[in-house]
Amino acid sequence: MTEEHYLELCENPVQFEHASSVNNVFFDEANKQVFAVRSGGATGVVVKGPDDKSSVAFRMDDKGEVKCIKFSIGNKILAVQRTSKSVDFINFIPDYPHTEFTQECKTKNANVLGFCWTSWNEIVFITDQGIEFYQVFPDKRSVKLLKSQSINVNWYQYCPETAVILLSTTVQGNVLQPFAFRNGTMSKLSKFEIELPVVPKPAKLSLSERDIAMATIYGQLYVMYLKHHSRTANSPSAEVVLYHLPREGPCKKSHVLKLNTTGKFALNIVDNLVVVHHQSSQTSLIFDIKLKEPECAVNTHQPALPARSIHPYRIPLSGPAVVPSQPPVPCQLYSSSWSVFQPDIIISASEGYLWYLQVKLPPTVNLLQDKGKLMDFLLRRRDCKMVILSVCSQTLDGGEKGGLPVVATIFDKLNLVYKEYLEAEQSYTMAMESGPSRGSAAQKRPVRTQAVIDQSDMYTHVLSSFTERKGVSHKFIIAVLMEYIRSLNQFQITVQHYLYELVIKTLVQHNLFYMLHQFLQYHVLSDSKPLACLLLSLESTYPPAHQLSLDMLKRLSTANDEIVEVLLSKQQVLGALRFIRSVGGHDNMSARKFLDAARQTGDQMLFYTVFRSFQQRNQRLRGSPSFNPGEHTHTDTHRQVTCRCGCVLIVVLQENTVRNMWFTSSSCLGSRR
Amino acid sequence: MLMISPRMASGMQDKQYTPSLLSFFIYNPTFGPREGEEEKKILFYHPSDIEKNEKIRNVGLCEAIVQFTRTFCPTKPAKSLHTQKNRQFFFEPEDNFWIVMVVRNPMIEKPNKDGKPPTIEYQEEEILDTVYSAVVRQCYSMYKLFNGTFGRAMEAGGVELLIQKLEKFFYRYLQTLHLQSCDLLDVFGGISFFPLDKMTYLKIQSFVNRVEESLSLIKYTAFLYNDQLIWSGLEQDDMRILYKYLTTSLFPRHSEPELAGRDSPLRPEVAGNLLHYGRFLTGPTNLKDPEAKFRFPKIFVSTGDGYEELHLIVYKAMSAAACFMVSASVELTREFCEQLDSLVGPQLTLLASDICEQFTINRRISGPEKEPQFKFIYFNHMNLAEKSTIHMRKTASVCLTSVHPDLMKILGDINCDFARVDEDEEIIVKAMTDYWVVGKKSDQRELYVILNQKNANLIEVNEEVKRLCATQFNNIFFLD
Repeated sequence: MTEEHYLELCENPVQFEHASSVNNVFFDEANKQVFAVRSGGATGVVVKGPDDKSSVAFRMDDKGEVKCIKFSIGNKILAVQRTSKSVDFINFIPDYPHTEFTQECKTKNANVLGFCWTSWNEIVFITDQGIEFYQVFPDKRSVKLLKSQSINVNWYQYCPETAVILLSTTVQGNVLQPFAFRNGTMSKLSKFEIELPVVPKPAKLSLSERDIAMATIYGQLYVMYLKHHSRTANSPSAEVVLYHLPREGPCKKSHVLKLNTTGKFALNIVDNLVVVHHQSSQTSLIFDIKLKEPECAVNTHQPALPARSIHPYRIPLSGPAVVPSQPPVPCQLYSSSWSVFQPDIIISASEGYLWYLQVKLPPTVNLLQDKGKLMDFLLRRRDCKMVILSVCSQTLDGGEKGGLPVVATIFDKLNLVYKEYLEAEQSYTMAMESGPSRGSAAQKRPVRTQAVIDQSDMYTHVLSSFTERKGVSHKFIIAVLMEYIRSLNQFQITVQHYLYELVIKTLVQHNLFYMLHQFLQYHVLSDSKPLACLLLSLESTYPPAHQLSLDMLKRLSTANDEIVEVLLSKQQVLGALRFIRSVGGHDNMSARKFLDAARQTGDQMLFYTVFRSFQQRNQRLRGSPSFNPGEHTHTDTHRQVTCRCGCVLIVVLQENTVRNMWFTSSSCLGSRR
Repeated sequence: MLMISPRMASGMQDKQYTPSLLSFFIYNPTFGPREGEEEKKILFYHPSDIEKNEKIRNVGLCEAIVQFTRTFCPTKPAKSLHTQKNRQFFFEPEDNFWIVMVVRNPMIEKPNKDGKPPTIEYQEEEILDTVYSAVVRQCYSMYKLFNGTFGRAMEAGGVELLIQKLEKFFYRYLQTLHLQSCDLLDVFGGISFFPLDKMTYLKIQSFVNRVEESLSLIKYTAFLYNDQLIWSGLEQDDMRILYKYLTTSLFPRHSEPELAGRDSPLRPEVAGNLLHYGRFLTGPTNLKDPEAKFRFPKIFVSTGDGYEELHLIVYKAMSAAACFMVSASVELTREFCEQLDSLVGPQLTLLASDICEQFTINRRISGPEKEPQFKFIYFNHMNLAEKSTIHMRKTASVCLTSVHPDLMKILGDINCDFARVDEDEEIIVKAMTDYWVVGKKSDQRELYVILNQKNANLIEVNEEVKRLCATQFNNIFFLD
């Protein structure tokens, strides 16, 4: 059976001391740090971050039970909440006093629900009566209130990526008020209401913080609401409702993800995919909000792939106690002790592990039958290149009937992305050339994602091996190559020479010269010097290639020297001479190769004509028929004798015997007679 | 080279007769070598109502001439025989099989006074060997396209079958020969290609490839638009004769109902589906007809070693025509035709309108097509591409030219001159009526230009032709 688990836990989890009666575990979403606080910190606080740099261990005095503990950005200041009224700060900047200092919340009778760091020294307290935005001065051990807002708060959510805090207000809790923080300013965004499946009477808190999550998907901030099925309302199964929260403007309900089942769910965002874990079936669903579903109503999504469980995971036993032969213990997935955090974090506090959830692309290939949809899906994923290329190879390999339209669709999708990148790159280069000063500070160099599959990728990984594969009909090979070239042309992408070469090679291999001829006739294979040379080399097997090649060189208009060479090699000396004259290159032309070629023909009149032509040129240019030294290399075999009447006698010597003599004027001959 | 054409005078009351077919026969001398068996040599004779002995005499004469001239050059026996009243053309397409065509020379009938019979003046120099030799060769190629070689018929059913096939084919074919309008184009036997931009061309490629993939019975495809070729999956020589058949016989026969209005009774009933305009030009006229026959003409094309027999399916939507060729060993069924119709019909309709649109855009870009001052014929031996601004649109019956036959004759003469030597050359002829005729040969290409410029001199004409080459043929390599 093929591998079908498309989700997996990362191989190197962050390991920490599991939660126990003496060890409290906290997780900070902003720095992604796990705090293991033993005995209120007296016997040690161990902080584990995603990398070793952000891991710290220290001790602090036990001043009561720790409710919440978080470092500011960059581990500069530690904030610890031990009471419902105040938060304590400890400096972690070297050379600054390490003694703790405390800040009580300003609002009387308010309870601090929690706090969030929004920068290295700015912190927001969320109380049940509002929010307070402070700046902390570690050197002075003081705290300054920047701004506050009073509002009744049931609970809050924080999205560290965007520094947005979402407050649940009103009695039912379903009116959400977002605040955004940036550089010491706090801005209130427009509030919005979550539609509850059932409105309770009398009113009571009906929206739990567990059912709300915030995350950025495709660069946009969304509030995700897990809408449970209710027996009373007409909703047979649960769904996830996405509210788009823009920086400016009102928040709008934008997507509905159909879960088609009921039960306990948890949400993650991985690689811009919404992952919904379903505990009772021990499976997960993934949704791609950009995947268009023609058969569904606007922005209603079905799972992109069938439900599968996360790939089985074995906990590697480590530490000195490990016996090498002992097999790793299988980890219980979808355990009730799991906590899920945004965007992609799963923590098992009881086992002491923090995992990042990952999407494995190869298994998706077999689960998504529609290749066009599959491509859309893959092109939006992070590590997609090799998977996409393998899908291409697979599709070409399959050679199933009616495969060509599928191949065409795939090529078009790839080239659309490729074209967008090329255009971005081009406009960037142009902006750079016009001068970076001119208000183009915002111009960023476009990032080349893995989804950009260029011609060389296609050539190296797909096409070159495909054309060499045995058992594939040449008709299909050519059809595929032409389809790729068509697609590139459709997006106005310049086709690289090696693709043409591949086409020509395939055609020549199967003696399909007439086909080749027709392609060239319609300029499907664009003109270039290398291509013209390739054609010249085909002349012996296919004589018309000569003409095709000359035509191409002519159209290039930068290949006049090559045309002369071709003509001379065919002993068309006069033709070459006439050509170079017609394009105005006669004056700078070295006479040598023309005379050489003329001599090789053995046609004495021809030699004479060519020679005279160059003499006339010399006369016109320099007032004398003689050649410049070095230019005329036949001095050893030719002698020029200028006669009294001005005409020239040319003597061709060969092995010291006179072979030919010409007078350039018959009047001279006449006078001699 | 400068020549002055001496002809172009004709009396007003004189009656002019164009060249016409006197007789056409095919024989094989080995079939009746003994005396008294001469009749057996004759495989086909037109006109058939000629008395037997005369047939035998004429065949005998041809045999004798060929035999006699062979003594001078064993490899190249006589190709034609010029007499005052007619001209005979000999062609041996297969060993010992001879095709002879006798053409009556054009003549002028001058009425005499006093009720005397009119004087007939034969113009024996007016017709060109190259043109009519080409016509004979074409006759054979056309026979071969639909029947295979003579040898094949002999193998399959002996002389009887061959005679039967010849009779069946040539009886109809000879009626379509219009000897009076044969000219240089028959010598070339070229193919007119439809000018097209790269992208539309690639779309057509893609269409052809897809159809061939999903209907794998199809071995070869050719694509034409406006009676001009765009794509041929057949080899050049086969395409050349198929193209000739399509453009001079099949398409003209079907153009009249197409030109007729939608409600005209001439218009064939559009089979049910109005989503596309596709229809079969060969095979069934109406797929819905329960009596419809799914028989297609069979053609023979060359393969690496010998010939293969194919069904010729010609399918047309608006101005776009696609020829699909399927191995003759396969029986074509209603299902196949329906499948083809439903697959190709909509796509071809779309493609046809695409091409049309693209074509009009291109024409608009290149400026309104002014009637050029010069008329020309261009031919490339390498890809058989031909282009003529001299010839009007071909119809089923005649091929109209817009210039005087005398000028056409000069073109033919220049062509003969070119054929004699291998090198590039240029010939400029001053015709009697202010016309200049320029022939140019560069590598494998030939260009003939007819200029009508009063009082132009040689230098001006030369400049004019250079200008033409620079504008009309700037993307090919033409030596000056």
